[in-house]
Amino acid sequence: MGFWEEFIPLVLHGAVNTLWVLVISIPASVALAIALGSARVYGNAALKAVATAFVVTFRGFPLVVTLFLLFFGLADLGIYLTPYQTATLAFVLCGGSYMSEYVRGAIRSIDIGQSLAARALGMTKFQELIYIILPQAIRRALPGISNEIIYQIKYSSLAFVVGYEEIFAVSKTFISRYFMPLQVFMVDAALYLAMTTAAAYGLRALEYKLRIPGLEMSIR
Amino acid sequence: MDPVWWEYIPYILQGAIWTFTLVGGGLALGFAIGVPVAMGQKYGPTWLKAVLDVYVWFFRGTPLVVLLFLFYWGIFPVLLGIKLDALTTSVIVLGLRSGAYQSQIFRGALNSVDEGQMLAARALGMSKWQAITNIILPQALRIAIPGWTNEYAIILKDSAICFTLGVVEILTRTRYVVISTGEALGPFLFAGVLYIIFTYGGTKVFNIIYEKYHIPGLVGKGM
Repeated sequence: MGFWEEFIPLVLHGAVNTLWVLVISIPASVALAIALGSARVYGNAALKAVATAFVVTFRGFPLVVTLFLLFFGLADLGIYLTPYQTATLAFVLCGGSYMSEYVRGAIRSIDIGQSLAARALGMTKFQELIYIILPQAIRRALPGISNEIIYQIKYSSLAFVVGYEEIFAVSKTFISRYFMPLQVFMVDAALYLAMTTAAAYGLRALEYKLRIPGLEMSIR
Repeated sequence: MDPVWWEYIPYILQGAIWTFTLVGGGLALGFAIGVPVAMGQKYGPTWLKAVLDVYVWFFRGTPLVVLLFLFYWGIFPVLLGIKLDALTTSVIVLGLRSGAYQSQIFRGALNSVDEGQMLAARALGMSKWQAITNIILPQALRIAIPGWTNEYAIILKDSAICFTLGVVEILTRTRYVVISTGEALGPFLFAGVLYIIFTYGGTKVFNIIYEKYHIPGLVGKGM
């Protein structure tokens, strides 16, 4: 078998593994971001402090360090995660923390009058958050979240450090058999460019579909 | 008795020299690339804009680790026939990638300087080049400082990825310590905290620079 006949199926297998992580980690990151962002604005002092410490930690750690900590560090404590679990969890912790900053900013950008009006109508703080604030805030945070999703697609290549068989991991192994690094890594670049470009267009379409005319005008 | 990991803290800390060589080199090269690219994208002819768009798209859309391996094993030795060491390759790749990101920071800053200023400068008899260097850039560079602060934080954390080429920066050294002591939690937590400290410390420095060169009343539109 020649180089291409062997490499293409292998790298596509890697791509499926990459997508298999992202399909879980992206929605989970967004969910965590909404929870963290809400907690930092609406939570009591203790919750705010915990959420802030969480965000500072996982935004501050390089993603590779988080991956190593979850895989090797937790093993010191007797917790053994698989490479797949490690990668997914690390992306959620890191991505959720970054995205939460956009959610927090978006929540704070919603006019305080809406909050007061909701409370005057007899809503609890929680109802106000769920029914009034978040539907608007999530739309406003979406461009920032989209950026982070695109980052997460690219940074998924770091899952190789804990031995997860994604695109880059299979390529790195493959060049030890066929030393054709230029071709191999250009194929990798093309795959990532295809994923990031497709995601950029898809997310822009989503923003357009979810838009409420007039809401985006007052973002800043 | 096996050595404990904290005895190696000075060894890990020495990695900061390599980390900051990567960060400083990458940021400086990225600046040298990003500013002309942004000017080309705003003021250049159509064909140049198209070329620069492809450059920005490629380096922003490809993961750093793929770029590092592509240049270290592919582009430099195979395509160009030059053998560069891991540190030099890492600085060049970080710089090329940061240049793509920094060009977008500066493009936003250039756009935020009012168009009327360019017209006024031209009306006063300045050439387009004089107007850009004497009127637009001094303002745009100041407006770009907060964006640049973010870029510092990003490139600092991304410099850790250069461990894949064996640059003996903080993370590479931390991994050596993990391997030789058999302890992982402490060393990796220490490295993580170190990056947080460097992020906040560096951000402080950039904020001081921002305050020092700040012109009251000069706030970019929409920034």
